[in-house]
Amino acid sequence: MHEWALIRAIIAEVEEAVKRGYELEEIVVYLGELQNVDRGVVETYLGEALPQIAPGARVRYETEPARFRCRVCGREWGLDAVELDEATREAIHFVPEAVYSFVRCPFCGSRDYEITSGRGVRLALAVKRSEETAG
Amino acid sequence: MGSIDPRLAGARLMLSRVKAVVPVMSAKGGVGKTLVAVLTALHAARMGRRVGLLDLDVTSPSAHIALGVDPRRLQPEERDGVVPPEVAGVRFMTVAFYTWDKPTPLRGHAVDDAIREVLAVTNWGELDLLVVDTPPGLRDEALDTLEYLPGPRVLAVATPSRLARVGVERLLAILEEQGVDRYLVENMATGPGSLEELAERYKARYLGRIRYDPGVEDALGSPEKLLATEMARDTEQIARKLLEQLGL
Repeated sequence: MHEWALIRAIIAEVEEAVKRGYELEEIVVYLGELQNVDRGVVETYLGEALPQIAPGARVRYETEPARFRCRVCGREWGLDAVELDEATREAIHFVPEAVYSFVRCPFCGSRDYEITSGRGVRLALAVKRSEETAG
Repeated sequence: MGSIDPRLAGARLMLSRVKAVVPVMSAKGGVGKTLVAVLTALHAARMGRRVGLLDLDVTSPSAHIALGVDPRRLQPEERDGVVPPEVAGVRFMTVAFYTWDKPTPLRGHAVDDAIREVLAVTNWGELDLLVVDTPPGLRDEALDTLEYLPGPRVLAVATPSRLARVGVERLLAILEEQGVDRYLVENMATGPGSLEELAERYKARYLGRIRYDPGVEDALGSPEKLLATEMARDTEQIARKLLEQLGL
């Protein structure tokens, strides 16, 4: 499944940090609403893998709401302001930038806008105190 | 606590079983880069190699048009990421599978995000050769491509036009500065080869010339018809030399 590719990428990144000698205190996985990954799948796989790679590290998951800002009219909006059918949601799930093919600013109709938050999956790592922050 | 993008680590994993990655690049648009990429991939597959073709021109993908792929009908299969469908013996991936040929105006960071996402989710499996059709020019997207692809060996495409010549000279100079392996192909040639001396100056391997073939336009949309063109005949020699250079 597609989520698996992103899970493997997160595992590889955490492994790399541990290999570089960082002692991780907390791993935060941000899940962007726009990409709409299956949170249950992500939590299940990472819940098994991360304690083995970074023992003792807290793992948190945060869903970030998708927000957009129009470069033409300056208005901001969220996903609830636009209607997306199943096929379109699926396309955006794989490549969130596909949103520019399907969604226009609900206020002025422009396609010139930016995704200000909640795009896709990202990661934040906190290391134990007295050490440098990784990332 | 800063934020980390795990996708490049993911991309490295996805490309870890690909023996050679060849981005096809040009400093200018309109030199036939896409067709050179498509034909090189088709020939290499016909020569028995396991080949992938990735269209990384995320704002204006066009390789699927050359291959006759309708992105709404043919879709990658979800398996540990997305597995590119096979088209004429070539595993083919394009962002058009998700944008359906609609306009996709992307700026700055969105271009980079789309490129990273495609690289992170595409499960290539084992390949001998991955040919990458890149966006033209020397802007962020072309330079990012060089950075994200492991051990890129660039196939630079130029025409004999003086404008294209100046452009490819800049491209070759940058590749030389970055220590990237490079090959040069002369496309739409009407006379004898004229870029050999340029290749020599920038220590690029000159792989040959492809004669101008007006018939190629009518062959767009069908791999079989494309392979029957004059352009394909010339590209076959180039693909053969490229495989030899890559040790494949």
